[in-house]
Formats: sequence, C-alpha cells, structure tokens
Amino acid sequence: MSAFLEIDDLHVRYRAPGGIGDFLARRPSKTTRAVNGVSFAIDKGDTLGLVGESGCGKSTLGRALLRLTPTSGGSVRFAGQDVLSLKERALLGFRRRAQMVFQDPYASLNPRLTVAETLAEVFRVHRLCPAGEVAERVRVLMARVGLPAEFSGRRGAGLSGGQCQRVGIARALAMGAEFIVADEPVSALDVSIQAQILNLFNRLQREMGLTCLFISHDLGVVRYLCRRVAVMYLGRIVEIGPTEEMFRNPKHPYTRALIEAIPPMTPDAKVAALGLPGEPPSPLDLPAGCPFHPRCARAMAHCRSGEPPARRRTGDTDVWCHLYPPNPAP
Amino acid sequence: MAILDVADLSVEFATAKGPLRAVDRVSFGLAEGEVLGIVGESGSGKTVACRSILRLLPGERARIVGGKVLFEGRDLLQLAEPSMRELRGGRIGMIFQNPSTHLDPLMTVGRQVAEPLIYHQGLSASEARKKAVELLRLVGIPDPKRNADAFPHQFSGGMRQRAMIAGAVACEPRLLIADEPTTALDVTVQAQILRLLLELRDRTGLAIILITHDLGVVAATCDNVAVMYAGRIMERAAKAELLRRPLHPYTEGLMRSRPTAAGRGRELHTIEGQLPPLGDPPGGCRFHPRCIHAQARCQTGAVALEAASITHSTACLRWREVMAPA
Amino acid sequence: MSASGIALRRRLGALSPLIYVGGGICLFWAVLALAAPWIAPYDPIAQDLAATLQPPNAAHLLGTDNFGRDVLSRIVWGTRLDLQMGVLGVLFPFIIGTTIGALSGYFGGFVDMLLMRLLDVTISFPFFVLIIAIVATLGPGLIRVYIALALVGWVSYARLIRSRFIVLKHADFVMAARSLGYRHLRIIFHHILPNAIMPAVVFCVSDAVIDIVLGSSLSYLGLGIQPPTAEWGLMIAESQTFIGTAWWIATFPGLAIVLLAVGFSLLADGIAEQLGIRD
Repeated sequence: MSAFLEIDDLHVRYRAPGGIGDFLARRPSKTTRAVNGVSFAIDKGDTLGLVGESGCGKSTLGRALLRLTPTSGGSVRFAGQDVLSLKERALLGFRRRAQMVFQDPYASLNPRLTVAETLAEVFRVHRLCPAGEVAERVRVLMARVGLPAEFSGRRGAGLSGGQCQRVGIARALAMGAEFIVADEPVSALDVSIQAQILNLFNRLQREMGLTCLFISHDLGVVRYLCRRVAVMYLGRIVEIGPTEEMFRNPKHPYTRALIEAIPPMTPDAKVAALGLPGEPPSPLDLPAGCPFHPRCARAMAHCRSGEPPARRRTGDTDVWCHLYPPNPAP
Repeated sequence: MAILDVADLSVEFATAKGPLRAVDRVSFGLAEGEVLGIVGESGSGKTVACRSILRLLPGERARIVGGKVLFEGRDLLQLAEPSMRELRGGRIGMIFQNPSTHLDPLMTVGRQVAEPLIYHQGLSASEARKKAVELLRLVGIPDPKRNADAFPHQFSGGMRQRAMIAGAVACEPRLLIADEPTTALDVTVQAQILRLLLELRDRTGLAIILITHDLGVVAATCDNVAVMYAGRIMERAAKAELLRRPLHPYTEGLMRSRPTAAGRGRELHTIEGQLPPLGDPPGGCRFHPRCIHAQARCQTGAVALEAASITHSTACLRWREVMAPA
Repeated sequence: MSASGIALRRRLGALSPLIYVGGGICLFWAVLALAAPWIAPYDPIAQDLAATLQPPNAAHLLGTDNFGRDVLSRIVWGTRLDLQMGVLGVLFPFIIGTTIGALSGYFGGFVDMLLMRLLDVTISFPFFVLIIAIVATLGPGLIRVYIALALVGWVSYARLIRSRFIVLKHADFVMAARSLGYRHLRIIFHHILPNAIMPAVVFCVSDAVIDIVLGSSLSYLGLGIQPPTAEWGLMIAESQTFIGTAWWIATFPGLAIVLLAVGFSLLADGIAEQLGIRD
C-alpha cells in the first residue's frame, strides 16, 4: 500500500540572475539548490513535522509540494497521482484536496476583504454550493475553527493574529482539503494564542482525519503535534523518524545540536554549554560532501569530500550520515 | 548597588479615540552585573517601558506621563536632551530585535562600531577603528580586520547581531537594554548570542535588561524576572522562584501553555480570550477577564504589587488562596 | 501631537484639511459647470459689437472682450470644457496604463520586457512635444487631444501600478489565492489591483492639473478647441493683442485655470497625506 503523499528525489533550484559584471567576466550564474534531493512519505491521517533553521529550504519544499513554486526534478505523488504533471482541471482537483496555511497571519489575508468575503469567495468561485447556501456554509466554517459569527464583517486589520490564522485555516478547509501544508503557522503568534491554534490543529486533525505536513523551526511545537519528524539542513533531509525516538536519542549530529540548543525551562537551566559553532550557511555556497561537515564536531575525512551520505536506516529512523553503517544492498 | 531604578513609570499614547495607557505604573530595577528579564507578549508594554528609559519613544504621540527613572542616582526623565544623547550609546547601550533594520546598510560594520567611540569618547578615526576591530573580535566575529570593512548585508543574522552588540558595548556602558535580541535568530545561533551576553556581563559587570517573550530564554540567562501584561507588571521574582512556583495566574498560564508542557495529543492549556483594548482597559486587575480564578474583587480597585517574600512580588489579589504550593 | 492638534483633527472628522479645501474648490467648479445654463448671464458666443472691450461693470461683471462677448459667461461655460479635459484627459491614460502595468508586473518575463520597452520608447519623447505632434497630425479638436493623451499619458500609471504589482504578487494572500485555484484574471483584478491602485488614483488627481493646463495650452496654440467656443486657453490666446489695454480679457481666464489647477493639486496632496497617515 503506497503512502498518501510520496516525495521522491525532489529538487528545486533557482538561478540567481547575474549582473553585468558576471556577464562580462563570463562567470556562470549561481544556482541556489533550495531543495536538493528530498525523499519521504506521509501516511493518510498522519502528521509529519519538518524542522530546520533559516535557509534549509523547508518553506520552499512545502510550496513545491503544492505546485506553488516550480520544481527542477523528482516526483511528488499524492494519492497515487503524479502531482507535478497535473494540468488545468486535474490540477484544480488536486488543489481542492491539498491546501496551505501560511506563517504571517495578516499577510495571508487580502486586507480589503472581510472574513465573510474571503471565505464566501471560495464557495462562489468554485461553485461548491448554490448561491443561496453560501452564507450558511461560511457560518458553519467559521464555527468549526472557533471564530464567532460577529467577526464576519471584519477585515484583517480588525483581527488579532490568532483570529487571522483561524480565517486562514478556515479558508484552507473550505474546499474540503484532506492534506494541509502548514508553513510555520504559529511562529508569529504569542505563546498563549499559539496554544489555542495548536489545539485547533489537533482537534481538526482528529475530527477530519487530516494529513498534515507541519513546517516549523520550533522543536517544542513539533514534538507536541507530530507523530514523526523530519530534520532538514541545506536542502536535504538529514534525519526522519518517530518524534519521541528522535528527541530521546537523536542520531544525526545536527539533530542533536538542535535539541540541545532548546533552552530548558528548569529553574537551574544554563545556556547550552556546547551549541553549534558558526551559522547555517547560505544555500548558494554548498560545501562539498556532506552539507553539514563544516559545523560538525564529528566530521571525518570521508565527510568532507566524496558523495553526501545516502539514506540509511537504524531502527525506525532514517538518517543521512556517514557515522551510521550503510544498509546492506538488497 | 542599584544601577537603575524605575519607579511608577507610566506612558500614554495619544490616539484618535483618546489616550491609551501602554505602560501603567511600572516599577523595576537592577543592580550591577544583574540580568533582569522582562517577559510579556505583544501589547504587554515591555518594549515601550524600556525605550522610555532612554526616552526613545516613537513619534510625538507617545508621552511619558508619570514616574521616575533613576540611573546612577539621576532621574533620566528630567534630563535635558543633550545629556540624554550622551548617555545613549555611552553609559547605556541598546540592542534591538532585528539587526538588519537597525544597522545602516550603507555604512561598513567597522564604521558603525567605531562611531560611538568617536562620538562619546572623542577618539580619532584610526584609534576608533583599531578599537572597533578589537570589539568585533571580542564578540566573536571571525577575521575581524577584514570583516570590519564589510557591509551589514554581507553578514548573516547572527553576525549582524554580534556587530550590533559590539557597537552597543563599545563605550563600556553600565547598562545594556536588549530588546528581543534573539527572537529573529535560529535556535542554534540564539544560544551563541545569549552566551555572548553572559560573557560580557561576567567580564565587565554589565547590567542587562533582557526583553523577551520566551520563558526558556529567561530560564537560561536571567537572575530576576518581571512579567508584564497589558502595561502592568503582574509578577516580579528571582528566576528560580518564579519558575518553581509562580504566584500569578498569568505567569502560570504562560508556563503551562508551552507545548512542551503537555503530552502529545493532549489538549494544551490555553489562556482563553484576547488582550484587552488598552484604550479601554478592564477595571481592577487587567488580567481578570481571562483569569480562571477571577472574583468580584478582582474587577475593582487599584492593584499594586504585593511582596510575598523578599525576592517575590505578585499583583494577584488572591495569590494566597489560588497559588498555594502543591 | 499636542492636545489641541488632536481636538482639531477630531472636529474636522479625521480628514486632512487639504482635502476639504481642494475638494471644495473642485466642487465649486463642478457646480459651476453643471449649472452653467442658469448661472451665466449671457450666451457665451453672442457678440455685442456695441459693447466691445468694456472693463468690469454692472452689466458685465468681468467685462467684455473684443467681440463684445461677456467674459464672465465665457468663463462659466468654459468650465465645462476645462473640467472635462481634467477628468477625461486622465481617464483613458489611467485605464490603459493600469491595465498595462498590471499585466506587466504580474506576468513578468517576456510580456513585461516587451511592454516596458514600449514604455521606454514612449517616455523618451518630451511629453508636450509628443502631444503636439500627434494632435498636429490628427487635426485639431478635443477628441484628438484625448487620443493623443491616451497614447502618451499611460506611461506614469503603468509604472506606478507595475511596481506595486511586482511587490504584491509575492504577498502571502496572493499565494493563497493561487493555491485556492483562482484564475490569473481574478487574482489580478479582484485581489491585487484594489490593493495596488491607490498611488495611481492619487497621481490621477494631480495629473488632471497637467491635462487642464495642456488642454488650455493646445487651445492657445490653435490645436485644441476652435473659436468661437469659449475655453479658457483660447480666451487667453485671443486676447493677446489686448493685454495692455484690456487686461481683464486674459487675466480672468488665467486665474480660472490657476484656481482649478490649485483645487486639484490640493485635493491630490490631501488624499496622499490622508493615505499616508492611515498607512
């Protein structure tokens, strides 16, 4: 049985437009490998967390999955269909089933439209119900995401961050989506509001059996919400596996560093004594070999040159690191 | 010995609908070498309060309407503007959340770090540049001689923040106000920056006010904490005491609504409701509309901080009954 | 802001005073234009050769010109034409420029490159020279002026709209609209344009000033309105030889042009300031 969503060796590359200087000096234009060969799968009804720091490509990956950004290679299969080659009617069908929730709650809403207009538009444009029923369907949708009916006449500027985000979620669900890509949906919210929205996600997932790719830089949130987690670095997945296992026993050195960098909330906490030297490098300048080796405390000669590590499995976790023995060939 | 003593500070914004009190009778202070965390969510007034210390309020619409800000014994609110300018970047430094927007994109990093030295300490350009390179080294920027000639956009986020810190501590201030210095940074870089701030404190006895919304950051770095909500301080305590036993329902709510506090799949504890409109705040305790322990007496009367112990004060009227130790 | 400043603002209903003053002036002219048949004491082209070159007096409040025509009536009736030039003169460039700018900014790529090269060509000619050249080719008359303006004046609007589109097309709410399967046309006109149009609207109002002066100038040069129609620029042209002796024939139309232009200018400034405050 194949998974609900399957990504195989996905690539997204951008060519940085060269300037006159580059042209005259005959320099080749730089390529940013935002997503550099990513493969994973999500089962129906499951939630996969995708964590990584800035520049790792997680947002790009999320948009590429939904055909909101062009891809440069690989495949995406959704419920058996090849997503990347869909056109017109079939693409619209896919869009109905797969939607996105965005990070900036205010920017994701058209500032000139009211809540009711934003939601009603989905029903009207796609003729999901007779015109007379639209108002009722909007009301039901708002109730489902916990938005009181009296907010229907408000615009983005008159809503709080949490309320805007509820509208965004409602809009994503209006067409009956089964798969949601949530791109840092709570990062811009206060902690107390964040909890409300996370509860909403949890509830919707349970009630509607939603499948979810939850992108976040916040490991605490991901640990709470997701059954499985993928860690991304410089366009590649470096580890993917069950959440609890990953937190208890991180395999990849980067995963370990991420987890150790979270300030714990105990009274006698101290800033992580270790911590990672340097910064996430720019995806324009990819190091050779394993992308993580410049910052890795355990890098070996093998890591600096040669091929980046291939996937290997230990237990339930897949990791991309030379520290672990490669799987025997089948 | 107290370096800073803020007493009953109040700040109002003039709006079309009338005055809005963004900071209401806020008092806090810190001693030499102390790290004070000011925690709050949006609208808590933490940024406005701290900018008032340096009288850096936005626009003509914001006004300090009450209180005292005693720095080394002088009330900054009474100081003439030229004297304030001497303090800013001199004895009091400030760093901000977004280093990209707070560094001049058209000036090299070295020059921006050297500028306070030239302005406040009267160093010559070449002396200031030498010192600037040293400062860049101190804050951990690699190859400081060469990077001093780089522009901010050539730096990464963490490096920019380090550069901003270098500029802020160039004149060896006694107090550093850090407004959400790590919020915009990746978590691995955040740890580095926090460590840098603590090292500076250890080395020079610098007092730091650390504004943040993240209790985890507070737990790792602060000696004392003040929790703000809707313009008022709700609770003030030594860090260990606050985390071990919060004496205000808002603080407790904040701690419990962190996702790490619950098991997966279980309902997260939330603080229901929204921040009240600051132009028309609730009477009595400003948190009462959202508080599960609220009673009639919470809605009326002024609420001041009450000392539960020498190192712990709370603004909750009912702390004895509802926040009793388990 | 001081307390009295706030009170003043509240009393004026939170609108910039420039909008009131500028809007008031424009409204005055609009009323004059509409009510011309009832306000003007005389027929604007009726000649009275017995009463030529009379200075302002009781019978003719603003005097008469060299054909005995009442200056006041000619000004009142001329309002229709000059106001029309201000409004229609911007309407076609606005529509054309907005559409080109929107398509160019949204689609980018080859379309953008083509349209922007067209813009570059158009803008490389001095504005007035181009207009005059086109009108001279097409022949005199107001319609030809509008055609000329449409061919040349769209450029500023296109640039304003295009730059807003380039920014807004990356906004999250636009990406959301795409993810909801909305078609491009819907996204361009229903979602992005309402959020992008304000700078063009503000420019419209100050562009009207240019068009009023342009229309009058063209009439002055004999390329726009033809005699004996009453139009302010034409009145000034016809009164050139009498400037020394009968100053009123040229002065009042000139003042009218200035006043109408000032009205539009203040209104444009007021709207821009109002939006700036609100933003």
